[in-house]
Amino acid sequence: MNAIYLDNNATTACDPEVVSAMLPFFTEQYGNPSSMHQFGSRVGGAIAEARREVQALLGAAHDSEIVFTSCATESNNTAILSALKVQEGRREIITSAVEHPAILSLCKHLAEHEGYTLHVLPVDGRGRIDLGYYENLLSEQTALVSITWANNETGTLFPVLKMAEMAKGVGALFHTDAVQAAGKAPINLKDSAIDMLSISGHKLHAPKGIGALYLRRGMRYRPMLRGGHQERGRRAGTENVTGIVGLGIAAKLAREHMQAEWTTVKRLRDRLEAGILLQTPYAFVTGDTENRLPNTANIAFEYIEGEAILLHLNHAGIAASSGSACTSGSLEPSHVMRAMGIPYTAAHGTVRFSLSRYTTEAEIDRAIAAVPQIIAKLRKLSPYWGETGPAQKAFQPEYA
Amino acid sequence: MWDYTEKVKDHFFNPRNAGELKEANAVGEIGSISCGDALRLQLKVDPNNDIILDARFQTFGCGSAIASSSALTEMIKGKTLDEALQVSNQDIADFLDGLPPEKMHCSVMGREALQAAIANYRGETFHDDHEEGELVCKCFAIDSKLIEDVVRANQLTTVEQVTHYTKAGGACATCHEKIENLITKVLAKVEAAPAPEAPAFVVRPQPSGKLARLKKIEAVIETIRPMLQNDHGDIELVDVDDMHIFVKLLGGCVGCQMEKMTLAGIEQKLRIELGEPIQLVPVSDWG
Repeated sequence: MNAIYLDNNATTACDPEVVSAMLPFFTEQYGNPSSMHQFGSRVGGAIAEARREVQALLGAAHDSEIVFTSCATESNNTAILSALKVQEGRREIITSAVEHPAILSLCKHLAEHEGYTLHVLPVDGRGRIDLGYYENLLSEQTALVSITWANNETGTLFPVLKMAEMAKGVGALFHTDAVQAAGKAPINLKDSAIDMLSISGHKLHAPKGIGALYLRRGMRYRPMLRGGHQERGRRAGTENVTGIVGLGIAAKLAREHMQAEWTTVKRLRDRLEAGILLQTPYAFVTGDTENRLPNTANIAFEYIEGEAILLHLNHAGIAASSGSACTSGSLEPSHVMRAMGIPYTAAHGTVRFSLSRYTTEAEIDRAIAAVPQIIAKLRKLSPYWGETGPAQKAFQPEYA
Repeated sequence: MWDYTEKVKDHFFNPRNAGELKEANAVGEIGSISCGDALRLQLKVDPNNDIILDARFQTFGCGSAIASSSALTEMIKGKTLDEALQVSNQDIADFLDGLPPEKMHCSVMGREALQAAIANYRGETFHDDHEEGELVCKCFAIDSKLIEDVVRANQLTTVEQVTHYTKAGGACATCHEKIENLITKVLAKVEAAPAPEAPAFVVRPQPSGKLARLKKIEAVIETIRPMLQNDHGDIELVDVDDMHIFVKLLGGCVGCQMEKMTLAGIEQKLRIELGEPIQLVPVSDWG
């Protein structure tokens, strides 16, 4: 039986249409777009078209607001470092406790080593930000606010449009990491106060190694990579032509399939959650279930550990991911689960199932059949678990 | 994805001695909830001769935690308590044909549960003094706790010194920024971390002749040999030219998961000692 891929928030398969559009640019149209001959000019046209597709996906006012990068991490670093560079008088950064490490580690580094003040917005048990708290942190000192559009672990959506308006009120720049949202949530930048936005190709069926950064026209900006005129001097380096072409097609397809995300994919996600929870006691969905991406289900299975679940799932041909400490080699469970105050015995047992437009009903039904058995099997091994529920005599080991 | 050995997978998917042991007369309960592992080890000990008649485990933890628990119960059954206490966490890892460096703490937990169970049987109290930090050096499995302790105790100020004291940072060198940050933190310096170390190989006077150079290489290898022998391996110097040092790894080193790391560590040490950017070339069968 084929493996079932339910880890689309980690990465996605390239759409076959994306691959076939890319192929000629490896072998026939291999020119450097900067070159003054026919090999170059044809490639230049393909890049321009891809840029317009990304512009359309993001609802940007101008195609020149899109800068191609190597990945979302590069986009995020570029955006944050630029925002600080162009506003040297402002020394404060605001972000949230549930950002991707690409944002959080950089912000922490800037606070620890570069003397910036970092404000990390806490979230409630459902992963939601308190806008009143945010408002109090905003000041004339705020250089940058960076808030993710949608959380990668739970799919929780954040009120970035409102938060961008509020940042604008104090003259701060607003950046959003929209890696998980792009292609799943409607984005219309031209009617927003968002200044910068990052996306990644491989999360929306384009290849790895291509990303983009939206830079609002007229905003002051400093590049991270200097050295050439590419991307109008905003990101030097020979263009990743095949990647850019792939991202362009992927952006077009994402727009065409946007409705499917909120109908077909969402229905399958809901079916998966209901199917698992119906047969599994002591399990719950994490994040803001009222307000989240249609493809993501993050389920906490209490009293067992996530890596062990993933190994069994993998054995059963199902690919998912976990917020447990052990899957990353760190000593702490996911910072997202901790920020939401999920207890350790549940945080270690969180499993994220993330679907795509390729996920089928048969696959979901196979997952629904497999997961509850795996959970039961591991609970039998757990000292926290009794016969049918948590152990009667509480297990209280001596903690290291 | 972790590169678990077949033995680890086997003990994870088919755990031995899992579940409760109703007639247990020794229980050890150890856990680190933040790192997501907890273990209850139950033993049935023959009061006449201290022999472990049966052992069972219940584990909340990852694949290697469950496999380590299963392996531990297999290893100690039939042993006396004193014999069982000789089982080290390295023995548990060896029994499983090795664990990834990030996962060695899983075997430590097994060893501690055993100590706790035996203390419980003997009416003693077990005090766990084991603490862990973030894994910093993945080549030699050194965590931040150890590095901080050593830096504090010896007032170390450079990455090179930390490497000499702990081995941390001595092979692939990718953790040097983290080590610098730990030094800065411990010494509570206000200024930024010290500038990165100069290239590791400091130029020193060349040995006068070929023979002297060869002797020097041999001397370096002799200092490394005991470390390899501890892990049931060995190394043989095969040939030397101006740029390359050809060596053969023997015994336990052959095909070991850490082979590349070991070679990188030896190469680094030879570069420092010789003051030349030599390349270490492993040969399997010379000639």
